[in-house]
Amino acid sequence: MSESDTRTAEEPDTAVPSRRPGRERGRDDGKFGRYGGQYVPEALMPAIEELTDAYERYVLNNEDGFMDEFRERLADFGGRPIPLQRADRLSERYDREIYLKREDLLHGGAHKLNNALGQVLLAKYMGKERIIAETGAGQHGTATAMAAAHLDMPCEIYMGERDINRQRPNVFRMKLNGSEVNPVTAGRGTLKEAISETMRDWATTVETTHYVIGSVVGPHPFPVMVRDFQAVISEEAREQSIEKTGGLPTDVVACAGGGSNTMGSFAAFVDDEDVALHAVEAGGSTLEVDEEAGVAPNSASLYTGAEGVLHGARTKLLQDSDGQIMESHSISSGLDYAGVGPELAYLVDEGRVNPVAVDDDAALEGFHRLSRTEGIIPALETAHAFGFLEEHHEELGERVVVNVSGRGDKDLDAAIEETDKRDIDEAPDMSMFTGGI
Amino acid sequence: MTGEHAKPDADAGAETGNSAAIAAAFADGPAYVPYLAVGDPDYEASKAYVEALDRGGADVIELGLPFSEPIAEGPTIQGALVRALDAGMTPDRFFEFAEGLDVDAPLVCMTYYNLIYQYDEETGPRPFVERAAAAGIEGLVVPDLPAEEADPLREACDEFGLDLVFIVAPTTVGERLDRIMSRVSGYVYVQARLGTTGARDDVSDQTTESLDRLADYDVPKAVGFGISSGEHAERIVAGGADGIIVGSALVDIVADGVENDLSTEAVAERLESLSRELKEGAERGHAARAEAPDAS
Repeated sequence: MSESDTRTAEEPDTAVPSRRPGRERGRDDGKFGRYGGQYVPEALMPAIEELTDAYERYVLNNEDGFMDEFRERLADFGGRPIPLQRADRLSERYDREIYLKREDLLHGGAHKLNNALGQVLLAKYMGKERIIAETGAGQHGTATAMAAAHLDMPCEIYMGERDINRQRPNVFRMKLNGSEVNPVTAGRGTLKEAISETMRDWATTVETTHYVIGSVVGPHPFPVMVRDFQAVISEEAREQSIEKTGGLPTDVVACAGGGSNTMGSFAAFVDDEDVALHAVEAGGSTLEVDEEAGVAPNSASLYTGAEGVLHGARTKLLQDSDGQIMESHSISSGLDYAGVGPELAYLVDEGRVNPVAVDDDAALEGFHRLSRTEGIIPALETAHAFGFLEEHHEELGERVVVNVSGRGDKDLDAAIEETDKRDIDEAPDMSMFTGGI
Repeated sequence: MTGEHAKPDADAGAETGNSAAIAAAFADGPAYVPYLAVGDPDYEASKAYVEALDRGGADVIELGLPFSEPIAEGPTIQGALVRALDAGMTPDRFFEFAEGLDVDAPLVCMTYYNLIYQYDEETGPRPFVERAAAAGIEGLVVPDLPAEEADPLREACDEFGLDLVFIVAPTTVGERLDRIMSRVSGYVYVQARLGTTGARDDVSDQTTESLDRLADYDVPKAVGFGISSGEHAERIVAGGADGIIVGSALVDIVADGVENDLSTEAVAERLESLSRELKEGAERGHAARAEAPDAS
């Protein structure tokens, strides 16, 4: 990608994507130990096989210059490379070097575009004529709509009816970019129903349509493919860390819902055994589970979940003792998912990734702290990583990279509402915002 | 994907099947295989509805055990599964339900893999299959379990004498078809068209092509997805199917009963009557096939 100086022995030996073993994992058979696989209806198998073939040709082997075009568009349309910034005041506060990978500066305001642009471009190389995607809070939907407009592909987004009502600005953004938004009324009308509905559309339209899945979840090849598109985060961060500090970080911290920014932040570091990797999940209001109501008031599937099969993959899930999938909850809708990428489930079992849960309160405090001390308003998802930093910095090494997966503009209404319920030191005086605007 | 394609150690009963009752259901004439979601809209009504299918001439009955994320179902059956879950259906209640049924037709359980996998503390499919066998279930259909991942379930089914039915789509060809057909037993569920379940009234060219592709495999072929009338059933069987699977058209009757607050008896009567129509249609199709000189 770019030339880099070669003063340290840590330097990766080439400028092309690393081919080391950790990065190879799952590419051949979609298995991460006991996790992964292709648990999909038979009618989807041809689409999955076609996609697997396209992934191998275009993404892994750069056929027709696919990866070159992807990188060029990520640079020109997306604004990459994205800086690794030293956070001066947090460094002082925690008495160690804190660096921020500023994915909030990527076009669209979150890491989501890395994946959406990669998949929409891949669909074009595959000769597909139409894009479909699911979205929960609307972040993946807006990224896909942007990428589809940019690449002139018709696009339809499935979104739960309840989420549509809660996320009107994002619905408008998708429509501004020319996408259709299809309300999902089935079931309970949230993200997991939207995923199921998008799979159903795909089952009838596989010949013309590509399904742009929003995270490192679903059947093979989605988990490896989305990871490979998001890996640009850690490829850059690894190089930038070496350039700026002369070495690798001691710790990498990223929030985890489905896990796309998490795997993107970890991928290039997985083989660097001295770099600790922390996946911060949404602890919600409590880690307790209401089995009767089928509700887990959190989204901590790595931390508390059990092995099972959901949306095409074997992974760790929030489920009741019968195996029914639970409704998850988090202050941040982007982390609000009952499953997690199978590779993360594997890396946690292997002891390579440290799963931690940060509750709603600590996340909201992290949101205010980063806003006030560093001038960066993070997404509520991202804020969980800063909640972790506050609670656990003493256990971390001397140089910590935190992925700022997205900016918080989308969350301002929720932040006003949630802040007003609590007494947070670093929050502004809320009286003028909650009195009737 | 590649994975290990260990062959099942037996030839998975493709010729004989494990369940004599299912084999018998296909042995003389076309089989009418209705589906209902168990517990829709509640336990007692659902029991009356399933027994009505049996009176209407069911040869095999597929019982849907509701899962919270049924990715292979269309809106009709998804609605039924949500109603059943909301009314408290669980795997254990499902088995009690099956045990309490007064029906002649053999029972096949259709559900998603996570419920099979999670049934007991000891994860893996064996405890579920053992319990299903004890409840009198003779076969399983698992729409989200591909052949590549099916060997543990196949082994458990062989151990406890259940058939394992696989779905074959219009797009299933070549090696994939062989892989599936080497693991199927009882009958193969021929998906009539791309897409998810739901009642429609045309007969797809895809059905005929699928039946042609399957002609050389010695296992009964039951066509499903979208069959809604006796005439429709007749054409499908005349086209070479050994059986018809009907779900959404029956579930629609249950849903209509819920919407219009009909009595359990009235709904059961309609289910029995449509069942007769479908069964008779299938039999006419079978007779037509016997008469046709160029029947292949």
